[in-house]
Amino acid sequence: MLETHDHSPEATVPVRLTLNGAPVTVEVAPNAILLDVLRERLGLTGTKKGCDHGQCGACTVHVDGRAMNACLRLAVMCEGQAITTIEGLAEGDRLHPVQQAFLDHDAFQCGYCSPGQIMSAVALLEDPRVAGDVCTVREAMSGNLCRCGAYQNILAAIQDARLRLHGQEGDEA
Amino acid sequence: MRPFAFARADSVERALECRRGEPTGAFVAGGTTLLDLVKLDVMRPARVIDINALPLKDVERLHDDRLRIGALVTNTDLAYHPDVLADHPLLSQAILAGASSQVRNMATVGGNLMQRTRCPYFRDPTAACNKREPGSGCDALTGVNRMHAVLGGSDRCVAVHPSDMCVALAAIGATLSLQGPNGEREVDVADFHRLPGATPHLEHELGDELIVAVTLAPPLKPLGAAYVKLRDRASYEFALASAGAMLSLDEDLIGEQRLPLGGVATKPWRCHAAEALLAGKRADTAAFEEAADLALADAAPLAHNAFKIPLARQAIVRALRDAARAHREDDT
Ligand SMILES: Cc1cc2nc3c(=O)[nH]c(=O)nc-3n(C[C@H](O)[C@H](O)[C@H](O)COP(=O)(O)OP(=O)(O)OC[C@H]3O[C@@H](n4cnc5c(N)ncnc54)[C@H](O)[C@@H]3O)c2cc1C
Ligand code: FES
Ligand code: FES
Repeated sequence: MLETHDHSPEATVPVRLTLNGAPVTVEVAPNAILLDVLRERLGLTGTKKGCDHGQCGACTVHVDGRAMNACLRLAVMCEGQAITTIEGLAEGDRLHPVQQAFLDHDAFQCGYCSPGQIMSAVALLEDPRVAGDVCTVREAMSGNLCRCGAYQNILAAIQDARLRLHGQEGDEA
Repeated sequence: MRPFAFARADSVERALECRRGEPTGAFVAGGTTLLDLVKLDVMRPARVIDINALPLKDVERLHDDRLRIGALVTNTDLAYHPDVLADHPLLSQAILAGASSQVRNMATVGGNLMQRTRCPYFRDPTAACNKREPGSGCDALTGVNRMHAVLGGSDRCVAVHPSDMCVALAAIGATLSLQGPNGEREVDVADFHRLPGATPHLEHELGDELIVAVTLAPPLKPLGAAYVKLRDRASYEFALASAGAMLSLDEDLIGEQRLPLGGVATKPWRCHAAEALLAGKRADTAAFEEAADLALADAAPLAHNAFKIPLARQAIVRALRDAARAHREDDT
Protein backbone atom coordinates (compact mmCIF):
# COMPACT_ATOMS: atom_id res chain seq x y z
CA MET A 1 0.00 0.00 0.00
CA LEU A 2 1.44 3.35 -1.02
CA GLU A 3 1.39 6.17 1.44
CA THR A 4 0.20 9.22 -0.37
CA HIS A 5 0.63 11.78 2.37
CA ASP A 6 3.08 14.60 1.98
CA HIS A 7 6.63 14.57 3.27
CA SER A 8 8.05 17.99 4.07
CA PRO A 9 11.56 18.85 2.83
CA GLU A 10 12.98 18.29 6.34
CA ALA A 11 11.26 14.96 6.89
CA THR A 12 12.85 11.65 6.11
CA VAL A 13 10.98 9.05 4.13
CA PRO A 14 11.41 5.34 4.70
CA VAL A 15 12.17 3.49 1.46
CA ARG A 16 11.93 -0.28 1.25
CA LEU A 17 14.11 -1.89 -1.39
CA THR A 18 15.24 -5.29 -2.43
CA LEU A 19 18.92 -4.54 -2.76
CA ASN A 20 21.02 -7.21 -4.45
CA GLY A 21 18.43 -9.75 -3.38
CA ALA A 22 18.08 -8.72 0.26
CA PRO A 23 15.36 -6.54 1.81
CA VAL A 24 16.63 -3.17 3.01
CA THR A 25 14.87 -0.18 4.52
CA VAL A 26 16.59 3.18 4.48
CA GLU A 27 15.41 6.59 5.70
CA VAL A 28 16.19 9.28 3.17
CA ALA A 29 15.50 12.95 2.53
CA PRO A 30 12.98 13.60 -0.26
CA ASN A 31 15.72 14.98 -2.51
CA ALA A 32 18.23 12.16 -1.93
CA ILE A 33 19.51 10.70 -5.18
CA LEU A 34 19.66 6.90 -5.53
CA LEU A 35 23.34 6.99 -6.52
CA ASP A 36 24.31 8.93 -3.39
CA VAL A 37 22.20 6.70 -1.15
CA LEU A 38 23.85 3.57 -2.56
CA ARG A 39 27.34 4.95 -2.15
CA GLU A 40 27.12 7.06 1.01
CA ARG A 41 24.43 5.37 3.03
CA LEU A 42 24.45 1.75 1.98
CA GLY A 43 28.21 1.38 1.49
CA LEU A 44 27.95 0.15 -2.08
CA THR A 45 30.71 2.17 -3.70
CA GLY A 46 31.03 -0.06 -6.76
CA THR A 47 28.53 2.15 -8.57
CA LYS A 48 30.44 5.22 -9.72
CA LYS A 49 29.66 8.90 -10.11
CA GLY A 50 31.07 10.39 -13.29
CA CYS A 51 28.98 13.30 -14.52
CA ASP A 52 25.99 13.23 -12.13
CA HIS A 53 23.74 14.24 -15.10
CA GLY A 54 22.93 11.12 -17.11
CA GLN A 55 25.72 11.78 -19.56
CA CYS A 56 28.29 9.06 -18.85
CA GLY A 57 26.72 5.81 -17.58
CA ALA A 58 29.18 5.28 -14.69
CA CYS A 59 26.21 5.07 -12.30
CA THR A 60 24.28 2.38 -14.20
CA VAL A 61 22.32 -0.01 -11.97
CA HIS A 62 19.34 -2.29 -12.62
CA VAL A 63 15.95 -1.19 -11.34
CA ASP A 64 13.49 -4.06 -11.62
CA GLY A 65 15.86 -5.60 -14.15
CA ARG A 66 16.30 -2.53 -16.34
CA ALA A 67 19.48 -0.51 -16.73
CA MET A 68 19.06 3.02 -15.42
CA ASN A 69 21.22 5.98 -14.41
CA ALA A 70 21.15 6.07 -10.61
CA CYS A 71 22.24 9.73 -10.72
CA LEU A 72 18.90 10.83 -12.19
CA ARG A 73 16.63 8.89 -9.88
CA LEU A 74 15.31 9.85 -6.47
CA ALA A 75 15.76 7.16 -3.84
CA VAL A 76 12.13 7.72 -2.78
CA MET A 77 11.00 6.78 -6.31
CA CYS A 78 12.40 3.28 -5.73
CA GLU A 79 9.93 2.24 -3.01
CA GLY A 80 9.25 -1.47 -3.40
CA GLN A 81 11.68 -1.91 -6.28
CA ALA A 82 14.52 -4.36 -6.79
CA ILE A 83 17.89 -2.68 -7.25
CA THR A 84 20.89 -4.61 -8.47
CA THR A 85 24.35 -3.07 -8.37
CA ILE A 86 27.72 -4.40 -9.54
CA GLU A 87 28.14 -5.91 -6.05
CA GLY A 88 25.11 -8.10 -6.68
CA LEU A 89 26.24 -9.89 -9.84
CA ALA A 90 28.74 -12.48 -8.59
CA GLU A 91 27.61 -15.59 -6.79
CA GLY A 92 30.01 -15.90 -3.90
CA ASP A 93 33.47 -16.18 -5.43
CA ARG A 94 32.10 -17.00 -8.86
CA LEU A 95 32.01 -13.96 -11.11
CA HIS A 96 29.08 -13.30 -13.40
CA PRO A 97 29.99 -14.44 -16.96
CA VAL A 98 30.09 -10.79 -18.09
CA GLN A 99 32.49 -9.87 -15.27
CA GLN A 100 34.67 -12.85 -16.17
CA ALA A 101 34.63 -11.88 -19.84
CA PHE A 102 35.73 -8.31 -18.96
CA LEU A 103 38.69 -9.79 -17.08
CA ASP A 104 39.58 -12.23 -19.83
CA HIS A 105 39.44 -9.55 -22.54
CA ASP A 106 41.20 -6.86 -20.55
CA ALA A 107 38.13 -4.68 -21.14
CA PHE A 108 39.30 -1.71 -19.04
CA GLN A 109 42.27 0.40 -18.17
CA CYS A 110 41.55 2.54 -15.11
CA GLY A 111 38.33 0.60 -14.43
CA TYR A 112 36.23 3.59 -13.43
CA CYS A 113 33.59 3.01 -16.10
CA SER A 114 33.62 -0.79 -15.73
CA PRO A 115 30.81 -1.27 -13.19
CA GLY A 116 28.48 0.79 -15.37
CA GLN A 117 29.65 -0.94 -18.55
CA ILE A 118 29.10 -4.35 -17.00
CA MET A 119 25.62 -3.49 -15.69
CA SER A 120 24.60 -2.23 -19.15
CA ALA A 121 26.09 -5.30 -20.81
CA VAL A 122 24.25 -7.69 -18.49
CA ALA A 123 20.96 -5.89 -19.18
CA LEU A 124 21.38 -5.92 -22.95
CA LEU A 125 22.34 -9.60 -23.01
CA GLU A 126 19.13 -10.38 -21.12
CA ASP A 127 16.93 -8.23 -23.41
CA PRO A 128 15.56 -10.23 -26.35
CA ARG A 129 14.61 -7.00 -28.13
CA VAL A 130 18.25 -6.03 -28.61
CA ALA A 131 19.83 -7.85 -31.55
CA GLY A 132 23.24 -9.50 -31.16
CA ASP A 133 25.15 -7.93 -34.04
CA VAL A 134 28.11 -5.68 -33.31
CA CYS A 135 26.41 -2.51 -34.65
CA THR A 136 23.39 -2.97 -32.41
CA VAL A 137 25.53 -3.72 -29.38
CA ARG A 138 27.64 -0.60 -29.96
CA GLU A 139 24.47 1.49 -30.16
CA ALA A 140 22.91 -0.15 -27.09
CA MET A 141 26.14 0.46 -25.12
CA SER A 142 26.54 4.09 -26.21
CA GLY A 143 25.22 5.30 -22.84
CA ASN A 144 28.48 4.20 -21.20
CA LEU A 145 31.49 6.37 -21.93
CA CYS A 146 35.02 5.12 -21.36
CA ARG A 147 37.59 7.88 -21.11
CA CYS A 148 40.38 5.32 -21.42
CA GLY A 149 38.99 4.18 -24.74
CA ALA A 150 38.71 0.48 -23.96
CA TYR A 151 35.74 0.15 -26.33
CA GLN A 152 37.18 -2.55 -28.60
CA ASN A 153 37.87 -4.88 -25.71
CA ILE A 154 34.56 -4.07 -24.03
CA LEU A 155 32.75 -5.06 -27.23
CA ALA A 156 34.80 -8.24 -27.51
CA ALA A 157 34.01 -9.10 -23.89
CA ILE A 158 30.28 -8.62 -24.41
CA GLN A 159 30.18 -10.78 -27.52
CA ASP A 160 32.18 -13.46 -25.76
CA ALA A 161 29.87 -13.29 -22.73
CA ARG A 162 26.95 -13.72 -25.13
CA LEU A 163 28.47 -17.04 -26.22
CA ARG A 164 29.00 -18.11 -22.62
CA LEU A 165 25.45 -17.18 -21.62
CA HIS A 166 23.43 -18.07 -24.68
CA GLY A 167 25.81 -20.10 -26.84
CA GLN A 168 25.17 -17.93 -29.88
CA GLU A 169 27.56 -15.82 -31.86
CA GLY A 170 26.90 -12.13 -32.61
CA ASP A 171 27.27 -11.37 -36.35
CA GLU A 172 30.52 -9.80 -37.42
CA ALA A 173 29.79 -6.32 -38.75
CA MET B 1 20.74 20.39 -4.31
CA ARG B 2 17.79 22.46 -3.12
CA PRO B 3 15.38 20.61 -0.79
CA PHE B 4 11.78 19.91 -1.75
CA ALA B 5 8.74 18.27 -0.24
CA PHE B 6 7.66 14.95 -1.70
CA ALA B 7 4.38 13.19 -2.30
CA ARG B 8 3.46 9.96 -3.99
CA ALA B 9 0.18 10.00 -5.88
CA ASP B 10 -1.85 6.83 -6.28
CA SER B 11 -4.50 8.36 -8.54
CA VAL B 12 -4.70 11.10 -11.16
CA GLU B 13 -7.05 13.02 -8.89
CA ARG B 14 -4.60 12.83 -6.02
CA ALA B 15 -1.72 13.98 -8.28
CA LEU B 16 -3.74 17.01 -9.39
CA GLU B 17 -4.68 17.75 -5.81
CA CYS B 18 -1.02 17.70 -4.68
CA ARG B 19 -0.21 20.04 -7.54
CA ARG B 20 -3.06 22.44 -6.87
CA GLY B 21 -1.79 23.28 -3.41
CA GLU B 22 1.69 24.02 -4.74
CA PRO B 23 2.03 26.15 -7.87
CA THR B 24 5.74 25.43 -8.15
CA GLY B 25 5.16 21.72 -7.67
CA ALA B 26 6.51 19.36 -10.32
CA PHE B 27 5.44 15.89 -11.33
CA VAL B 28 8.24 13.39 -11.64
CA ALA B 29 7.97 10.55 -14.14
CA GLY B 30 11.37 9.26 -15.32
CA GLY B 31 13.15 12.17 -13.67
CA THR B 32 15.72 12.47 -16.47
CA THR B 33 14.85 16.09 -17.24
CA LEU B 34 13.55 17.20 -13.87
CA LEU B 35 16.37 15.95 -11.64
CA ASP B 36 19.04 17.02 -14.11
CA LEU B 37 17.66 20.57 -13.98
CA VAL B 38 17.03 20.58 -10.22
CA LYS B 39 20.70 19.69 -9.73
CA LEU B 40 21.64 22.62 -11.98
CA ASP B 41 19.26 24.84 -9.95
CA VAL B 42 17.36 25.65 -13.15
CA MET B 43 14.12 24.03 -11.97
CA ARG B 44 13.21 24.78 -8.36
CA PRO B 45 10.10 22.82 -7.39
CA ALA B 46 8.92 23.28 -3.81
CA ARG B 47 7.26 19.89 -4.01
CA VAL B 48 7.91 16.88 -6.23
CA ILE B 49 4.95 14.62 -6.91
CA ASP B 50 5.81 11.07 -7.95
CA ILE B 51 3.27 9.93 -10.56
CA ASN B 52 4.83 6.54 -11.29
CA ALA B 53 2.10 4.61 -9.47
CA LEU B 54 -0.65 5.98 -11.74
CA PRO B 55 -2.30 3.52 -14.13
CA LEU B 56 -0.96 5.23 -17.27
CA LYS B 57 1.34 2.49 -18.56
CA ASP B 58 -0.73 0.78 -21.25
CA VAL B 59 -0.70 0.95 -25.03
CA GLU B 60 -4.19 0.27 -26.28
CA ARG B 61 -5.51 -0.11 -29.85
CA LEU B 62 -8.79 1.77 -30.24
CA HIS B 63 -11.59 0.50 -32.51
CA ASP B 64 -10.62 2.99 -35.23
CA ASP B 65 -7.04 1.66 -35.28
CA ARG B 66 -5.58 4.54 -33.32
CA LEU B 67 -3.05 3.73 -30.61
CA ARG B 68 -3.67 5.29 -27.21
CA ILE B 69 -0.40 5.46 -25.29
CA GLY B 70 -0.40 6.05 -21.54
CA ALA B 71 1.75 9.00 -20.45
CA LEU B 72 3.95 6.73 -18.30
CA VAL B 73 4.88 4.25 -21.04
CA THR B 74 8.67 4.35 -21.17
CA ASN B 75 10.45 5.45 -24.32
CA THR B 76 12.03 1.98 -24.58
CA ASP B 77 8.73 0.13 -24.29
CA LEU B 78 7.09 2.41 -26.85
CA ALA B 79 9.92 2.08 -29.37
CA TYR B 80 9.76 -1.74 -29.20
CA HIS B 81 5.98 -2.08 -28.98
CA PRO B 82 4.86 -4.47 -31.76
CA ASP B 83 2.06 -2.13 -32.94
CA VAL B 84 4.45 0.81 -33.07
CA LEU B 85 7.06 -1.19 -34.96
CA ALA B 86 4.43 -2.39 -37.42
CA ASP B 87 2.38 0.77 -37.94
CA HIS B 88 4.51 3.73 -36.86
CA PRO B 89 8.13 2.84 -37.70
CA LEU B 90 9.14 6.52 -37.70
CA LEU B 91 8.23 6.79 -34.02
CA SER B 92 10.27 3.75 -33.13
CA GLN B 93 13.28 4.97 -35.13
CA ALA B 94 13.13 8.49 -33.71
CA ILE B 95 12.95 7.31 -30.10
CA LEU B 96 15.80 4.85 -30.55
CA ALA B 97 17.91 7.63 -32.12
CA GLY B 98 17.64 9.59 -28.86
CA ALA B 99 19.60 9.49 -25.61
CA SER B 100 20.94 6.12 -24.35
CA SER B 101 19.48 2.74 -23.38
CA GLN B 102 19.47 3.81 -19.72
CA VAL B 103 17.80 7.18 -20.30
CA ARG B 104 15.18 5.62 -22.61
CA ASN B 105 14.41 3.01 -19.94
CA MET B 106 13.62 5.82 -17.49
CA ALA B 107 12.10 8.45 -19.80
CA THR B 108 8.34 8.47 -20.34
CA VAL B 109 6.10 9.72 -23.13
CA GLY B 110 4.69 12.55 -20.98
CA GLY B 111 8.14 13.61 -19.79
CA ASN B 112 9.53 13.52 -23.30
CA LEU B 113 6.81 15.91 -24.47
CA MET B 114 7.71 18.21 -21.55
CA GLN B 115 11.51 18.00 -21.75
CA ARG B 116 13.33 21.33 -21.69
CA THR B 117 15.80 22.78 -24.15
CA ARG B 118 19.48 21.86 -23.94
CA CYS B 119 20.54 25.49 -24.60
CA PRO B 120 23.67 25.94 -22.42
CA TYR B 121 22.53 29.41 -21.33
CA PHE B 122 19.18 28.06 -20.20
CA ARG B 123 21.04 25.38 -18.23
CA ASP B 124 23.32 27.95 -16.55
CA PRO B 125 21.53 29.99 -13.85
CA THR B 126 24.18 32.71 -14.06
CA ALA B 127 23.51 33.40 -17.77
CA ALA B 128 20.83 35.65 -19.24
CA CYS B 129 17.90 33.60 -20.50
CA ASN B 130 14.38 34.84 -21.21
CA LYS B 131 13.05 31.32 -21.01
CA ARG B 132 14.41 30.68 -17.52
CA GLU B 133 14.04 34.24 -16.26
CA PRO B 134 11.67 36.36 -18.34
CA GLY B 135 13.14 39.75 -19.24
CA SER B 136 16.75 38.85 -18.41
CA GLY B 137 17.85 38.77 -22.05
CA CYS B 138 19.27 36.01 -24.24
CA ASP B 139 22.97 35.29 -24.08
CA ALA B 140 22.67 32.87 -27.00
CA LEU B 141 21.91 35.63 -29.50
CA THR B 142 25.41 37.11 -29.10
CA GLY B 143 27.15 34.13 -27.52
CA VAL B 144 28.10 30.68 -28.76
CA ASN B 145 25.06 29.70 -30.82
CA ARG B 146 26.34 26.81 -32.85
CA MET B 147 23.64 24.50 -31.46
CA HIS B 148 20.73 26.94 -31.77
CA ALA B 149 17.69 27.23 -34.00
CA VAL B 150 17.55 28.51 -37.57
CA LEU B 151 13.75 28.17 -37.77
CA GLY B 152 11.08 29.56 -35.47
CA GLY B 153 13.37 31.76 -33.36
CA SER B 154 12.67 35.29 -32.15
CA ASP B 155 14.75 38.21 -30.91
CA ARG B 156 14.07 36.86 -27.39
CA CYS B 157 14.97 33.18 -27.78
CA VAL B 158 16.56 30.81 -30.28
CA ALA B 159 16.63 27.67 -28.12
CA VAL B 160 16.11 24.38 -29.96
CA HIS B 161 13.38 21.95 -28.98
CA PRO B 162 15.47 18.87 -28.30
CA SER B 163 13.04 15.97 -28.67
CA ASP B 164 13.37 13.27 -31.31
CA MET B 165 10.11 11.57 -30.30
CA CYS B 166 8.14 14.79 -30.83
CA VAL B 167 9.49 15.07 -34.39
CA ALA B 168 7.91 11.70 -35.18
CA LEU B 169 4.67 12.70 -33.42
CA ALA B 170 4.53 15.85 -35.59
CA ALA B 171 4.63 13.66 -38.68
CA ILE B 172 2.22 10.97 -37.52
CA GLY B 173 -0.30 13.33 -35.95
CA ALA B 174 -1.47 12.82 -32.37
CA THR B 175 -3.89 14.07 -29.78
CA LEU B 176 -2.81 14.70 -26.19
CA SER B 177 -5.28 13.99 -23.41
CA LEU B 178 -4.80 16.50 -20.60
CA GLN B 179 -6.57 16.01 -17.32
CA GLY B 180 -7.10 18.94 -15.01
CA PRO B 181 -9.22 19.82 -11.99
CA ASN B 182 -12.18 20.43 -14.31
CA GLY B 183 -11.94 17.25 -16.32
CA GLU B 184 -10.17 16.06 -19.46
CA ARG B 185 -9.55 17.95 -22.69
CA GLU B 186 -7.75 17.14 -25.92
CA VAL B 187 -5.03 19.14 -27.65
CA ASP B 188 -3.54 18.45 -31.07
CA VAL B 189 0.16 17.75 -30.69
CA ALA B 190 0.85 20.36 -33.40
CA ASP B 191 -0.64 23.01 -31.09
CA PHE B 192 0.96 21.79 -27.87
CA HIS B 193 4.41 23.39 -28.11
CA ARG B 194 4.58 27.15 -28.62
CA LEU B 195 6.94 29.31 -30.62
CA PRO B 196 9.04 31.54 -28.34
CA GLY B 197 7.95 34.89 -29.79
CA ALA B 198 7.97 37.50 -27.03
CA THR B 199 7.22 34.94 -24.28
CA PRO B 200 9.78 32.12 -24.51
CA HIS B 201 9.02 31.06 -20.92
CA LEU B 202 5.56 29.92 -22.05
CA GLU B 203 6.56 26.70 -23.76
CA HIS B 204 3.38 24.66 -24.08
CA GLU B 205 -0.37 24.52 -23.62
CA LEU B 206 -0.35 22.53 -20.38
CA GLY B 207 -2.04 24.33 -17.50
CA ASP B 208 -2.73 22.90 -14.06
CA GLU B 209 -2.96 19.55 -15.78
CA LEU B 210 -1.46 16.13 -16.17
CA ILE B 211 -0.80 14.59 -19.57
CA VAL B 212 -2.58 11.25 -19.26
CA ALA B 213 -2.29 9.86 -22.80
CA VAL B 214 -1.10 10.43 -26.35
CA THR B 215 -3.34 9.02 -29.07
CA LEU B 216 -1.71 8.55 -32.48
CA ALA B 217 -3.62 9.23 -35.69
CA PRO B 218 -4.57 6.05 -37.60
CA PRO B 219 -1.54 4.62 -39.44
CA LEU B 220 -0.86 5.61 -43.04
CA LYS B 221 -0.52 2.46 -45.12
CA PRO B 222 1.35 1.45 -47.13
CA LEU B 223 4.15 3.62 -45.98
CA GLY B 224 7.90 4.10 -46.08
CA ALA B 225 9.45 5.92 -43.15
CA ALA B 226 12.94 7.05 -42.22
CA TYR B 227 14.47 9.17 -39.46
CA VAL B 228 17.88 10.68 -40.17
CA LYS B 229 19.65 12.35 -37.26
CA LEU B 230 22.94 14.20 -37.74
CA ARG B 231 25.00 15.12 -34.67
CA ASP B 232 28.48 15.65 -33.29
CA ARG B 233 28.92 11.95 -32.51
CA ALA B 234 27.15 8.87 -33.82
CA SER B 235 25.07 8.14 -30.71
CA TYR B 236 24.05 9.49 -27.27
CA GLU B 237 23.90 13.06 -28.55
CA PHE B 238 21.21 15.57 -29.42
CA ALA B 239 20.54 16.42 -33.06
CA LEU B 240 22.25 19.26 -34.89
CA ALA B 241 19.69 18.53 -37.58
CA SER B 242 17.24 15.69 -38.00
CA ALA B 243 14.55 14.90 -40.51
CA GLY B 244 11.75 12.41 -40.47
CA ALA B 245 10.07 11.33 -43.67
CA MET B 246 6.91 9.35 -44.28
CA LEU B 247 5.97 8.58 -47.89
CA SER B 248 3.51 6.43 -49.77
CA LEU B 249 4.16 5.86 -53.46
CA ASP B 250 1.81 4.95 -56.29
CA GLU B 251 4.01 3.51 -59.03
CA ASP B 252 6.78 6.03 -58.51
CA LEU B 253 4.58 9.01 -57.74
CA ILE B 254 4.39 10.42 -54.24
CA GLY B 255 1.02 10.10 -52.53
CA GLU B 256 0.99 10.76 -48.80
CA GLN B 257 4.00 12.72 -47.50
CA ARG B 258 5.12 13.99 -44.13
CA LEU B 259 8.30 15.93 -43.45
CA PRO B 260 9.10 17.08 -39.90
CA LEU B 261 12.46 18.44 -38.69
CA GLY B 262 14.31 18.35 -35.38
CA GLY B 263 17.45 20.01 -34.03
CA VAL B 264 17.01 23.15 -36.12
CA ALA B 265 13.80 24.72 -34.79
CA THR B 266 12.32 26.10 -31.59
CA LYS B 267 9.52 23.52 -31.65
CA PRO B 268 8.99 20.19 -33.40
CA TRP B 269 8.79 21.44 -36.98
CA ARG B 270 6.49 20.33 -39.75
CA CYS B 271 7.30 21.46 -43.32
CA HIS B 272 3.81 21.84 -44.79
CA ALA B 273 4.85 23.74 -47.94
CA ALA B 274 7.53 21.20 -48.79
CA GLU B 275 5.05 18.37 -48.25
CA ALA B 276 2.57 20.02 -50.61
CA LEU B 277 5.31 20.39 -53.20
CA LEU B 278 6.12 16.68 -53.04
CA ALA B 279 2.53 15.52 -53.56
CA GLY B 280 2.12 13.92 -56.98
CA LYS B 281 5.82 14.33 -57.88
CA ARG B 282 8.10 11.51 -59.03
CA ALA B 283 10.07 10.25 -56.01
CA ASP B 284 13.58 11.17 -57.14
CA THR B 285 16.52 13.17 -55.84
CA ALA B 286 15.56 16.29 -57.80
CA ALA B 287 12.15 16.41 -56.09
CA PHE B 288 13.71 15.71 -52.67
CA GLU B 289 16.25 18.51 -53.12
CA GLU B 290 13.56 20.92 -54.22
CA ALA B 291 11.49 20.04 -51.15
CA ALA B 292 14.54 20.48 -48.89
CA ASP B 293 15.26 23.93 -50.31
CA LEU B 294 11.66 24.97 -49.77
CA ALA B 295 11.62 23.58 -46.23
CA LEU B 296 14.66 25.70 -45.37
CA ALA B 297 13.76 28.79 -47.40
CA ASP B 298 13.00 30.80 -44.25
CA ALA B 299 15.97 29.54 -42.24
CA ALA B 300 17.76 32.41 -40.50
CA PRO B 301 21.30 31.54 -39.39
CA LEU B 302 23.02 33.07 -36.34
CA ALA B 303 26.76 33.77 -36.12
CA HIS B 304 27.82 30.13 -35.61
CA ASN B 305 25.12 27.88 -37.00
CA ALA B 306 24.87 28.59 -40.75
CA PHE B 307 26.27 25.06 -41.24
CA LYS B 308 22.95 23.69 -39.98
CA ILE B 309 21.20 24.72 -43.20
CA PRO B 310 23.18 22.48 -45.59
CA LEU B 311 23.24 19.84 -42.84
CA ALA B 312 19.45 19.87 -42.54
CA ARG B 313 19.18 19.82 -46.34
CA GLN B 314 21.21 16.62 -46.41
CA ALA B 315 19.13 15.12 -43.61
CA ILE B 316 15.92 15.89 -45.52
CA VAL B 317 17.14 14.47 -48.83
CA ARG B 318 18.46 11.32 -47.16
CA ALA B 319 15.32 10.81 -45.08
CA LEU B 320 13.08 11.16 -48.15
CA ARG B 321 15.29 8.84 -50.19
CA ASP B 322 15.40 6.24 -47.41
CA ALA B 323 11.64 6.47 -46.88
CA ALA B 324 11.02 5.94 -50.61
CA ARG B 325 13.39 2.97 -50.56
CA ALA B 326 11.65 1.52 -47.51
CA HIS B 327 8.32 1.86 -49.28
CA ARG B 328 9.58 0.10 -52.43
CA GLU B 329 11.13 -2.72 -50.39
CA ASP B 330 7.91 -3.15 -48.46
CA ASP B 331 5.98 -3.35 -51.72
CA THR B 332 8.04 -6.14 -53.28
C1 LIG C 1 22.09 12.54 -21.19
C2 LIG C 1 20.77 12.72 -21.84
C3 LIG C 1 20.68 12.62 -23.23
C4 LIG C 1 19.46 12.79 -23.86
N1 LIG C 1 19.39 12.69 -25.23
C5 LIG C 1 18.20 12.87 -25.85
C6 LIG C 1 18.09 12.78 -27.27
O1 LIG C 1 19.07 12.54 -27.97
N2 LIG C 1 16.87 12.97 -27.83
C7 LIG C 1 15.77 13.24 -27.08
O2 LIG C 1 14.69 13.38 -27.65
N3 LIG C 1 15.84 13.34 -25.74
C8 LIG C 1 17.04 13.16 -25.13
N4 LIG C 1 17.10 13.29 -23.76
C9 LIG C 1 15.95 13.80 -23.03
C10 LIG C 1 15.03 12.73 -22.55
O3 LIG C 1 14.35 12.16 -23.66
C11 LIG C 1 14.05 13.39 -21.58
O4 LIG C 1 14.78 13.78 -20.44
C12 LIG C 1 12.94 12.46 -21.18
O5 LIG C 1 12.15 12.11 -22.29
C13 LIG C 1 12.04 13.11 -20.12
O6 LIG C 1 11.12 12.16 -19.65
P1 LIG C 1 11.02 11.82 -18.09
O7 LIG C 1 9.89 10.87 -17.93
O8 LIG C 1 12.32 11.41 -17.56
O9 LIG C 1 10.60 13.27 -17.56
P2 LIG C 1 10.72 13.90 -16.09
O10 LIG C 1 12.11 14.39 -15.89
O11 LIG C 1 10.13 13.02 -15.08
O12 LIG C 1 9.76 15.15 -16.30
C14 LIG C 1 10.09 16.19 -17.20
C15 LIG C 1 9.06 17.32 -17.06
O13 LIG C 1 7.80 16.86 -17.50
C16 LIG C 1 6.83 16.96 -16.47
N5 LIG C 1 5.98 15.78 -16.62
C17 LIG C 1 6.39 14.48 -16.67
N6 LIG C 1 5.34 13.68 -16.91
C18 LIG C 1 4.25 14.48 -17.02
C19 LIG C 1 2.87 14.23 -17.27
N7 LIG C 1 2.40 12.99 -17.46
N8 LIG C 1 2.03 15.29 -17.33
C20 LIG C 1 2.49 16.56 -17.14
N9 LIG C 1 3.78 16.84 -16.89
C21 LIG C 1 4.66 15.81 -16.84
C22 LIG C 1 7.63 17.02 -15.18
O14 LIG C 1 6.93 17.72 -14.19
C23 LIG C 1 8.87 17.75 -15.63
O15 LIG C 1 8.65 19.14 -15.62
C24 LIG C 1 18.31 13.08 -23.10
C25 LIG C 1 18.40 13.16 -21.71
C26 LIG C 1 19.61 13.00 -21.07
C27 LIG C 1 19.68 13.12 -19.58
S1 FES D 1 27.04 9.65 -13.12
FE1 FES D 1 25.12 9.03 -13.84
S2 FES D 1 25.37 9.11 -15.99
FE2 FES D 1 27.23 9.99 -15.28
S1 FES E 1 38.53 1.98 -18.22
FE1 FES E 1 39.01 4.03 -17.66
S2 FES E 1 37.16 5.02 -18.14
FE2 FES E 1 36.81 3.11 -19.02
